[in-house]
Amino acid sequence: MDIASGLPPDTPVWRHAATPCLEPAAAEVLLRVSGVTKYFGQRAGCIDVDLELHAGDVLAIAGESGSGKTTLLNCISGRSQPDAGTVEFNTRHEGIQDIYRLSEPRRRLLARTDWGYVHQNPRDGLRINVSAGANVGERLMAIGGRHYGNIRTATHDWMNRVELDAGRIDDMPVTFSGGMQQRLQIARNLVTHPRLIFMDEPTASLDVSVQARLLDLLRGLTRDLSLAAIIVTHDLAVARLLAHHLMIMKDGRVVESGLTDQVLDDPQHPYTQLLVSSVLQA
Amino acid sequence: MDNTALPRNTPTMLRIRDLHKTFTLHHQHGAVLPVLAGIDLEVNAGECVVLHGASGAGKSTLLRSIYANYRAQRGSIEVRHAGLWLDMATANARQLLEVRRITMGYVSQFLRVIPRISTLDIVAEPLLAAGVPAADAKSRAGQLLSRLNIPEKLWLLPPATFSGGEQQRVNIARGFIRRFPVLLLDEPTAALDAANRATVAELIEEARASGAAIVGIFHDEEVRQLVASRLYAMQALKVAA
Repeated sequence: MDIASGLPPDTPVWRHAATPCLEPAAAEVLLRVSGVTKYFGQRAGCIDVDLELHAGDVLAIAGESGSGKTTLLNCISGRSQPDAGTVEFNTRHEGIQDIYRLSEPRRRLLARTDWGYVHQNPRDGLRINVSAGANVGERLMAIGGRHYGNIRTATHDWMNRVELDAGRIDDMPVTFSGGMQQRLQIARNLVTHPRLIFMDEPTASLDVSVQARLLDLLRGLTRDLSLAAIIVTHDLAVARLLAHHLMIMKDGRVVESGLTDQVLDDPQHPYTQLLVSSVLQA
Repeated sequence: MDNTALPRNTPTMLRIRDLHKTFTLHHQHGAVLPVLAGIDLEVNAGECVVLHGASGAGKSTLLRSIYANYRAQRGSIEVRHAGLWLDMATANARQLLEVRRITMGYVSQFLRVIPRISTLDIVAEPLLAAGVPAADAKSRAGQLLSRLNIPEKLWLLPPATFSGGEQQRVNIARGFIRRFPVLLLDEPTAALDAANRATVAELIEEARASGAAIVGIFHDEEVRQLVASRLYAMQALKVAA
């Protein structure tokens, strides 16, 4: 990944990866974000953010509350049109497309097929008044799955993969614990085999005891499915365990980016140094 | 130091030129700590170079710089990767990940893993990441754990509750489960008893004999004697006021 950032000259940005990509990158790029900027009135959400993601890359975006992490995630994931900049995705059939120049129905189809979005609160990502199985199967039906048996089989399979008891396929998600609901949300997202998944603080609402298993699950899934992921988190330990790449945001801008272990172990920007040194050691 | 007679037909795997590393601590009144200056080092296949110097001489910093965990200010750290020289100091993130996946392994003193994952899975993971089937990866992990005297009854437990020495051996098993052409060892024997130290020395010797280029830090004199092909002396730099 090559995260550049066109900040004004007075704002130093440390780019750990200095040389341009040598590989013939164009074909492999999955997502390219250039100059994405979003304002809410006078207040900046995120300013001039660039990033590039390839298949299987896991990127964490960290920073304190209000630093623009979620705003950026919303812009990148097609949920909130940026005021400036482009978000390009390498679609399966039509190559690289600017997602905000696609028609609304096509962007939605993209979001349902090639992308997943895991909300911090599983209830925002689940339909709480239909069964667990229907929550997973719905995504398949939304892209044209009509064979009940096949949908049921796929749902079964995915409940197993996220370590949910498939015997509870007909139970309502409200009867699930928070950790189970989060895993159900992940199954619902992955059943259509997306290539990119967005996650907003996926473990923040969970007990510490459940977080670890979910982290391991996510790590296994991204590795085995070559799934790219963008994870917003304020938890640097989550970033270290899950992400290859880490971007630190402050006041809407990317202040530092690089390999996760570089940014955490050899932070260059004053803000990153402060952030890293402020973490409580458990 | 660099010019000891080297065996023939052993290609240079690692080539460090004029390496400088300085830390700037923005929240300590912008204190600047120069740790490495003008480091030159070459390591050939089949060699184990032991970094030697007092605490604070920059041994770990050098090792971490080679792994590109720390970024160099100046100089080059070239590694022979996929038949070509690649400078770790300027390579991009994708290249660095590839080098770490294929060419360069790093064994630290500490085990840093997701909690509640079984020991066997932790050790097998580097093989899984390299695409080895799960059954093979786990059987290989089991062999290494046995060799490092981790009793089988512990394999399915997460290592969080293990003793320091046991955790370190799990870490070593994880570090040695793949054969890397370049291997960096940061005090892998620090918390081990004599028998286990000897086993680790054997593992290192096997890796070296099979052609790995190894750079390591060993405080234990006995292990150093056992594994070192040569020493590379390092001295602490003066801190500018």
